[in-house]
Amino acid sequence: MKPRIEVVAIDCLMVRLFDAIAETNMPWMLAATQRLRSGFGAALVDLVPSYTTLMVHYDLGAVNPAQARALIEQALAGLQPQAQGGGQCHVLPVWYDLSVGPELTLLSQRSGLAIDEVIRRHSAHEYQVFALGFAPGFAFMGLVDEVLATPRLNTPRKRVAAGSVGIAERQTAAYPVVSPGGWNLIGRTPARLFDRGRDGYSLMQPGDTVRFEAVERAEFIKLGGDDTPLEAQA
Amino acid sequence: MSRLLIEASTPLCLLQDAGRFGVRHLGVTQGGALDWVSMSWANWLLGNALDAPVVEITLGGFTVQAEDYCLLALAGADLGAYIDERAISPGRSFILQKGQRLRFTQPFSGARVYLAAPGGFDAPAVLGSCATVVREELGGVDGFGKALAEGGRLVYSGTGGAMKVLSAPDLQSGKPLDVIVGAQIGQFSGQSLFDAFNTAWALDSRADRMGMRLLGAPLQYQGPSLISEGIPLGAIQVPPDGQPIVLLNDRQTIGGYPRLGALTPLSLARLAQCLPGETVRLAPVVQQTAHQQHIDFLKRFTTT
Repeated sequence: MKPRIEVVAIDCLMVRLFDAIAETNMPWMLAATQRLRSGFGAALVDLVPSYTTLMVHYDLGAVNPAQARALIEQALAGLQPQAQGGGQCHVLPVWYDLSVGPELTLLSQRSGLAIDEVIRRHSAHEYQVFALGFAPGFAFMGLVDEVLATPRLNTPRKRVAAGSVGIAERQTAAYPVVSPGGWNLIGRTPARLFDRGRDGYSLMQPGDTVRFEAVERAEFIKLGGDDTPLEAQA
Repeated sequence: MSRLLIEASTPLCLLQDAGRFGVRHLGVTQGGALDWVSMSWANWLLGNALDAPVVEITLGGFTVQAEDYCLLALAGADLGAYIDERAISPGRSFILQKGQRLRFTQPFSGARVYLAAPGGFDAPAVLGSCATVVREELGGVDGFGKALAEGGRLVYSGTGGAMKVLSAPDLQSGKPLDVIVGAQIGQFSGQSLFDAFNTAWALDSRADRMGMRLLGAPLQYQGPSLISEGIPLGAIQVPPDGQPIVLLNDRQTIGGYPRLGALTPLSLARLAQCLPGETVRLAPVVQQTAHQQHIDFLKRFTTT
């Protein structure tokens, strides 16, 4: 493990740990995050993790570029992957249904699997949260069963309901709030994914793991879900 | 407590501060004043913290009436400001008597002006900042990301404040914008690198607080496709059509387009004062050099 350090802005350095997306990256990413946070302390403005990289945004009034580079090298010297239990494991209830997840049909056709089997495979895996982006609390998770991998819609929807669960290639995600979106929708979760009043704000943090659990409509509604069909909301 | 009633506004009139930090790993954008230099000067004029909450007025169309005696300051663009019928230029603090109106008509020079009040305008800190991000429903006077609107109020509670005048804001110099070159620079074609730094770039009308598109000779990226990664402020990303986009304060937190590099904060402040149709040039700069220039510039706020 020899991370590469690249200049990206006046006060940002990119730490490149891997060249490809893999679930096995995550224990290393978590360990590096912890070390960098404690290494920089108050001089750290933001640390933005994504699949293979950590972008270090430091306070340029506190450290200069050479010092920042040295801090990164020190922090990551002899890096070992985080042992089990680095991130939290979340169970997200999902109501998989054509009325809120119209692309269940498309996924079924493409994979040659029955809709029930599509649902079973999507909810069978414990996914890694690789990164958050696009919107507050929007977690990019993977990796989805290869058979279910499906490219984004050619024309993104103008309006995707909050809680919508989707698939894009081998990734899956849930929309925290109503927004435009091009992912293939397969269901809806009642979970509150982003809450300004909650400690840590976002339910899912980088490095956490997530399992989806199929629930019936009644349970979905009991948990606070909105069962308004997607078309009715458009 | 002093109050201003908003009599006219646009979706481009927003409460801002330096931005939202420490939450970008959660997908929360940075936000904050696009021209941080003018925001800082407006606050400096009143002896405020340089990042106290201000109003960012883009292009004009903003009018307030004082409901109390108000001490205010302006810095940045000349947007044809008037106190009642008397014109007022930016770069100074001034008093608005109860009943007087301050209005911004149209851009004469620059695009954005910053209005400051003693101690900053009152607003709840949301995730550590009152920067308005409409898309994320964060910040602003109400805390839920609304732009300033007719019928609303701006309130400040600070008292006193210095009465200073700004001598030379030096915003619209024709110097090229400084770009700290990024790691992917070597994967653009030689012709593209020549064009990037030797031709003029026109600012497209497709511009907002997320990004500004530059129009010119298309830049050709020849490297492999990239995995999404963190995007710094000022990043110049090059989508497949080859027309670069400078990513600004309200950009998404991660993205996967190749990047030429990133503008320096001082260059971003200058870009924020450019209007669509204007042309800019780009010049490469080394990170250490830019760092030192930035540190030197910050001294102005303590020594001027």
